[in-house]
Amino acid sequence: MTRSLWVFHAALSPCNNCDIEILDLLTPRHDVERFGITLIGSIRHADVLLASGVPTTKTVTRFKELYEQTTQPCLVAAIGSCAGGGNMFRDSYNSPCSLDDLVPVDVYIPGCPPKPEAMIAGVVKLIEKLKGNV
Amino acid sequence: MNLLLHIFFYLIFPGFVFAALAGLISGWIDRKVTARIQWRVGPPWYQNFVDIAKLMGKEVVVPGERSTVFLCAPLLGLCAAVLAATAIGLAFISPDAGFVGDVIVMVYLLLIPAVAVMIGASASRNPLASIGAAREMKLVMGYELPFILILLVIIVRSDGALRLGEIISYQASGGSNITSFSGILAFAVGILCTQAKLGFIPFDAAEAEQEIMGGTMIEYSGAPLALFKLTRAVMLYTMPVFLILLFWAGSLNTFALVGKYVLILVIIVLIKNTNPRLRADQALKFFWGPVSLVALFALVLALAGL
Repeated sequence: MTRSLWVFHAALSPCNNCDIEILDLLTPRHDVERFGITLIGSIRHADVLLASGVPTTKTVTRFKELYEQTTQPCLVAAIGSCAGGGNMFRDSYNSPCSLDDLVPVDVYIPGCPPKPEAMIAGVVKLIEKLKGNV
Repeated sequence: MNLLLHIFFYLIFPGFVFAALAGLISGWIDRKVTARIQWRVGPPWYQNFVDIAKLMGKEVVVPGERSTVFLCAPLLGLCAAVLAATAIGLAFISPDAGFVGDVIVMVYLLLIPAVAVMIGASASRNPLASIGAAREMKLVMGYELPFILILLVIIVRSDGALRLGEIISYQASGGSNITSFSGILAFAVGILCTQAKLGFIPFDAAEAEQEIMGGTMIEYSGAPLALFKLTRAVMLYTMPVFLILLFWAGSLNTFALVGKYVLILVIIVLIKNTNPRLRADQALKFFWGPVSLVALFALVLALAGL
């Protein structure tokens, strides 16, 4: 599984910067397909769930449903400061909880938005965790 | 003994194991060429094997109550594709193998994987999957007409031979079909039909990841999904080999065959990477309009002996 991570991208009302940086990973400069990482369309095929943005009252239920639809084993990666800790929306009227209250998060990648290099470092940690080294 | 030999043909060579290995390697060629076109490095050669092994170990989720149909559909498609690969491979090994009319059986066998995809998608009771199944159905109706027309071209050119082995021996004595006018036209049509049968862009509306999230594959996970990927791999091996059998079987040494196979594969991948996706109705118009006309023209040329 460490050589073939299929990634599903779930946007929990992000500002789109993290999403653009995620797409950067697939471009020629970084090309994560070298390591078997591909974006896929259906949640049923996913090995990693990328979550970006703060969970809002609207997206909380949907994200829970999404996580229940995954096939185990499926890891969760929190991309960006928003998904990691709420950023400046932590005390907002519209963000009832943080991401790790909803689902177990395996790796946090901070940054606003995180650089592609930071995300690669995060994925390497995720793979180390899968191998049982952490 | 005879039965054991047939089981060996079906399961090992030139059947399941060989076709799946060749197909998965071809899948890597597809991904690597795509990556190079996009100025990327691309995955290592064993990537598709790792993907299949991983999918085998994942959880299988079955939606709804139609679990038998849902789980049997991938198996049906794989069995049919492997049977087609076996028959075509045996025709290359010994032209006496096969029976009168196995060209017609090929049409049906190569259709079953698409039917299996439709059955599985419909059994999953997902609205996006049913959209995908409907598109797949329209695409099948579109490409089957020119596909049968080019088979007619070949049959006419080999004096009404209805056996794969006879088609090969006709070309061995009279030169490859592709060297004639009707042959080259029919070959071009055959490449387009192959493209559609494999579900490659521009004919991938049934599985469009960006708009209907994987379409027909959306509810599949784990082992059944791996079976569908294997079916796709076996088809990726079978269809170019079938084209070689029909058009390009003049010389049959192994190196020439592999070279021709890789050439056809790269042409298909180049078409895939330089075209946008067609809507289902556009694809239907394309196949029933210009492509069928070209195939008909090739048929007329073949009847005239060109």
